[in-house]
Amino acid sequence: MKPGRLYRVACLTFGAALIASGAAMAKDEPKRGGILKFVVPAEPPSFDGHRETTFALIHPIAPFYSVLIRVDPDNPASLTDFVCDLCTEMPKPTDGGKTYTFKIRTGVKFHDGSPLTAKDVEATFKHIVFPKEGVLSARKQQFSMIESVSSPDDETVVFKLKHPSGAFIPVLANPYNFIYSKAKLEKDPRWYEQNIMGSGPFVFDKREAGARITGKANKNYYHKGKPYLDGFEAIFAKKQSLRVQAIRGDQAAIEFRGFPPKSRDDLVRALGKDITVQESDWNCGLVLTPNHSRKPFDDVRVRRALTLALDRWGGSKDLSKIAIVKTAGGLVFPGHPLGLSQDELHKVAGYWPDVEKSRAEARRLLKEAGHPNLSFTFLNRATDQPYTIVGTWMIDQWKKVGITAKMHSEATAGWFANLRAGDFDVGVTANCQSIVNPLLDVAYYLPSGRSGQQMGVFKDPELEKIYDKMVSLADESEQKKLMGQFERRVMDEQAHNFQVFWWYRIIPYRSYLKGWKISPSHYLNQDLSGLWIDRDS
Amino acid sequence: MFQYVVKRLLLMIPTLFGAAVLVFLLMRAIPGDICYMRMAGGGGTVDLDVVRQCRIDLGLEQPLWAQFWDFISGFVIGDFGKSMWTGQPIFDEVALRFQLSLQIAIMATIVSVMIAIPLGTISAVKQDTWVDYAVRTFSIAGIAIPSFWLGILIILGILIASQAWFGQPWMPPITYRPLWVDPWYNLSMLIWPALATGYRYSAVATRMTRSAVLEVLREDYVRTARAKGVFETLVIRRHALRNALLPVITVIGIEFAFLIGGLVVTEQVFNLNGVGKLFVESVENHDYNMTQSLVMLVVAIFALTNFLVDIFYAWLDPRIRYVH
Repeated sequence: MKPGRLYRVACLTFGAALIASGAAMAKDEPKRGGILKFVVPAEPPSFDGHRETTFALIHPIAPFYSVLIRVDPDNPASLTDFVCDLCTEMPKPTDGGKTYTFKIRTGVKFHDGSPLTAKDVEATFKHIVFPKEGVLSARKQQFSMIESVSSPDDETVVFKLKHPSGAFIPVLANPYNFIYSKAKLEKDPRWYEQNIMGSGPFVFDKREAGARITGKANKNYYHKGKPYLDGFEAIFAKKQSLRVQAIRGDQAAIEFRGFPPKSRDDLVRALGKDITVQESDWNCGLVLTPNHSRKPFDDVRVRRALTLALDRWGGSKDLSKIAIVKTAGGLVFPGHPLGLSQDELHKVAGYWPDVEKSRAEARRLLKEAGHPNLSFTFLNRATDQPYTIVGTWMIDQWKKVGITAKMHSEATAGWFANLRAGDFDVGVTANCQSIVNPLLDVAYYLPSGRSGQQMGVFKDPELEKIYDKMVSLADESEQKKLMGQFERRVMDEQAHNFQVFWWYRIIPYRSYLKGWKISPSHYLNQDLSGLWIDRDS
Repeated sequence: MFQYVVKRLLLMIPTLFGAAVLVFLLMRAIPGDICYMRMAGGGGTVDLDVVRQCRIDLGLEQPLWAQFWDFISGFVIGDFGKSMWTGQPIFDEVALRFQLSLQIAIMATIVSVMIAIPLGTISAVKQDTWVDYAVRTFSIAGIAIPSFWLGILIILGILIASQAWFGQPWMPPITYRPLWVDPWYNLSMLIWPALATGYRYSAVATRMTRSAVLEVLREDYVRTARAKGVFETLVIRRHALRNALLPVITVIGIEFAFLIGGLVVTEQVFNLNGVGKLFVESVENHDYNMTQSLVMLVVAIFALTNFLVDIFYAWLDPRIRYVH
């Protein structure tokens, strides 16, 4: 069978499987019992959600904890729906959008039996937003809009903001904001690095270093009737081929991060109706960064030519068959109300619908800049998905306008080191976030020094001005206008960075696993409380 | 003999110190930063103050000599410190993995010896016959095929065969249970990597056994034994094989030590939570403490194995201790 035909057959099969499972899901009643086994590609460095940034912490550890608010577990694909977990009702802001008052559930207990109150929520957010000396809080900067956190009584938590912020509610719903015990934090602010004790749907059972983490159902969970599972086993398996085979051989039911299209097709072909597939755009983008401190990339014409040469619309169709990328979009997650519309995007360099016109402009700019036969070294991460594949595609695209790029791939540590040292001509990075929170997500593209991830080595006070104004506004339509300006300035007018493709999340899993719904990020909706196993269906 | 043993033991000290200096410097020469990897490895935004604080926490802002002193003084008193990545004591992290790696090494050695000694001997005795050619082909294939690739083939073969025969694909377990807790589960997981690595291991030993037996079979004392009318099986077993085993033991010893820390890829293919996998992860994560400790562990195992092989040599061949 030809590869193209094979792919179509695979697509039809998994499409049918998805539809069938969707129909089945609608009539399925949750069943109790069973242990969910899933594979995780890496082991978390510590157990502290406030300190770490890796998804490898979320998958095995999030089920042990509660959060204040979260993305709607019944509709995790939504980019704007947030619901209470520990609070009783999503609050309306007062004081001109600067005060949020949350009422906390009563009767909630930590796994050690101690009651969870508003004091614990307050202590948790103080630990995140205003960490004590020597305590690492990885996302402290994202909470810079918060002025104070207080708890006037055991059922009320009040957040006062410095200014109204559309980023506040999404950042509060960040899945890393595990609610910790005030008593534990007071005793030792770093206690949670090596210990697990939350109030979530599962109780920590054991950890085998490098092998697995297991949890048992929390019988006193405050969302009545949940969790449905008796427990879970998170198995660490680094090699992707092994993780795929583990699902095929039923050593695991699912891997929550995502597989490439080929693995999906292999599983569908091998298991037929025993496999279900869910797919979604992924809140991870491949970002191309020219090093402005190196000639000729200090010339905006050269930088613009780099993006104009890329046929993103055509590439999206081809690459999505072999790599974990799909949607060509701007800096804001596709479909988010703050992002550029398709028509607006068509006017941005590198997104023009007429690729030949775009390439002609690229050639013209290169000639005008005195570099008609530009050649450079392209620093890439030595990881197939999607870096090497998309990198190879980009080199081919650049060739079409007379640019010769030589790919230099480095393992993660070396790649980071070269980027940080500014030792590259043009490099690729990734902007992966959890909650879709464009106001904070685009901070990635702020100039060097202001953004820890900006490798382009440039200053742009105008860009900072747009950003600062945008995040301090409460009016969404004004924010959208400024976000448009921000995106155009980054990707077109100054061509500081270019979004190449948004990643695409493909999750093939055993059909006996029910209740799981895909979200735009592998960090979200991972408390496992709504999942169940039904081997009879 | 006592002097010989003491001398061999003392020689281990400069070996270990040299390895310590080398690994310490090499790790710091590799580009990359554990804190940056940890805070920004996922591609999200990173606060540079947080990265700085992390480096202070891990002692990476100290001068190099102070870091080396911490490492070497800890090693001398048996305190390996904590993993920079997980913050857990290195001893605990390694102990669990060492148990699995040791079991695999023992199982693979048993597989290897069971294949290598008989096949190598038969091949030598039946030199230049079809039996000899068959054994040589088998052993050359074992050297040529990487054990991790054989491992992948084994897993795929099991998946396909089980689906064809039983309707559902089955693969070996991917999490470890100790032999004394669940022997069947343990063996159903570890027998496959033991076969994959044992085969390659046996290939080297088979060829070594063949050469050694061939050489010994031409010795005068073998001719004398045959002339006295001793049964051929006794000549082979008692006179030829025992003397031919000296170089074979060396190979087996070195391979055994290698298996404890060297099954880097095979462990990942079978998801074995062993020392080799930990090694790779610690290098990737720039976990200096863990990598240094593992290198020292492997060097110590090699040094100890060589020491034991030397002692065994001296026991098998009394001439050796007199020379020394």
